[in-house]
Amino acid sequence: MQKRKLLEERFFLWLMRVVAVSIILVFLFIMGIIIQKGFRAMSWEMISQEPKGGFYFGKGGGILNAIVGSLYLAGGSTFCAFLLGLPVALGMNVHWVTKTRFVGTIRFLLDALWGVPSIVFGAFGFALMAYLQIRASLLAGIITVTLFIVPIFIRAFDEVLRTVPQGLMEAAYSLGANRTQIAFIVFFRQALPGFITAILLAFGRGIGDAASVLFTAGYTDHIPQSVQDPTATLPLAIFFQLSSPIPEVKARAYAAALILTAIILIISVISRLSTRKFKKNIL
Amino acid sequence: MAALQRLILPAKLTDRLSTGWLNFAVLFLILLPLVIGAGLVIKSLPLLEQASIGTMLHSAEFSPQQGHFGFYAFIMASVWVTLLSFVLSAPVCLLAAIYLTQYSPAWLTQSMYFVIDVLAGIPSVVYGVWGVFVVVPLLANHVAPALGLTTTGYCLLSGAIVLAIMAVPYMLNMLMEVFKSVPIELKEASLSLGATYWETIKWVVLKKGLTGIIAALSLGISKALGETIAVLMVVGNVAKVPKNIFDAAYPLPALIANNYGDMMSVPLYDSALMFAALLLFAMILVFNSLTNFFLYRIKER
Repeated sequence: MQKRKLLEERFFLWLMRVVAVSIILVFLFIMGIIIQKGFRAMSWEMISQEPKGGFYFGKGGGILNAIVGSLYLAGGSTFCAFLLGLPVALGMNVHWVTKTRFVGTIRFLLDALWGVPSIVFGAFGFALMAYLQIRASLLAGIITVTLFIVPIFIRAFDEVLRTVPQGLMEAAYSLGANRTQIAFIVFFRQALPGFITAILLAFGRGIGDAASVLFTAGYTDHIPQSVQDPTATLPLAIFFQLSSPIPEVKARAYAAALILTAIILIISVISRLSTRKFKKNIL
Repeated sequence: MAALQRLILPAKLTDRLSTGWLNFAVLFLILLPLVIGAGLVIKSLPLLEQASIGTMLHSAEFSPQQGHFGFYAFIMASVWVTLLSFVLSAPVCLLAAIYLTQYSPAWLTQSMYFVIDVLAGIPSVVYGVWGVFVVVPLLANHVAPALGLTTTGYCLLSGAIVLAIMAVPYMLNMLMEVFKSVPIELKEASLSLGATYWETIKWVVLKKGLTGIIAALSLGISKALGETIAVLMVVGNVAKVPKNIFDAAYPLPALIANNYGDMMSVPLYDSALMFAALLLFAMILVFNSLTNFFLYRIKER
């Protein structure tokens, strides 16, 4: 009996070790393949030029249009998500702090929205475009991606705001501050590291998602000049190039995947560093 | 925000303006799920007038040119690819989460957090690229021949493997939070009664964390159900009910994403795709409400 127990423990311990290490190995495998294949196809031309004639048959040019398009799209929608999301996240923790039921309902709704897949937002964005009479463009893409990342931004920021001590609010009220001042000066400053993490998380989601921009942002070989122009995006550039039968074009998909992964990695590093930097001033 | 302080705007005015904007924003967010649902329903009305929901859900015949829209094959493909990915990823995440919170050295847990961070951040299209380059040839050239089967590699199993890897960071992160929150006194009590470490985990940690485990696993399922691009790239996209795991399949999100180009030229096609999006939306909302209800029941007990 005793022996069986110990045997079982040892068996599961080894199984768990194997599983945990294999997750790390799969991670290294994925990164290794992306980096190795990407570097082979990478060139300065790739990131500094728009596609030239015959680009999709393996001739010269790069994917600058997709890089800049993606940055515009993700930047624009992160800004919109910030405008919409910041007051709501602060309001949930300052203005309506006593109305727990109401705040609970909003949290529930936001979680439900977080669970809605991006392709559904894409389809909805497409329906919205027909209703508003706008064609596939940077503007339509920004609207769709904003709807998609707003819940992510609010919930991520809200998780940090909830940890701000209540005493701070009481102290600020006793000094004669009103709700807006408390929200935007006291709470915002306290939760600044969480705010940066939430913004970067939303930006990362926005730049990496393909399904929501597939219908709405269009695709073009040029850098968009206004919000009414269609725009190329990195995920779609990868997707389209990989489905090409020509090996040179396929290889470029790996390079584009490397660029996108690098952007995500840079975001995650910035997020870690800035969190550490701003944490110094927090109560 | 110090700049705001220095700006000598009357406090009352800024308060009124910002509260107004706040109310607008919150109203917008509360209405958003309703508006999405309503928008999709309105867009799929032309199709709903032509055929009944029941026949569309049961029929597997999908030929837009003839006006037949049966979604059965797509729904089954979605369900199968999600279930298969769940079977692949759930045990792995459970075991890894137990190990990382109960047994492993601190440096390993720390590096795992980094791995989770990066895995969660990698865009799905990059997973798709990796799947096309690694998983598809592996299945086509090695796994299937070893089992005496032939496949192109673009099949249900490829989609499930890619999805399983994509679900790992979400599930693992949440499961680790759950196991960390089990009070240490409970574990000590169990150990002092003579249970081995593994028995303590089995009977105390897993039991105490049951609601959290269910929530984490269902998060993984609903993420897998809606994932689009990565699955679309490896799953083969053939509109038939898959018979085994090496058959090509065509899940709902892939259907929507793949046909956006020619949907305007065929009558009712755009309406059918909107209906597919509505189905997906409904499936996920129903699934999430069911798990929430279930969790509520467990908590009450």
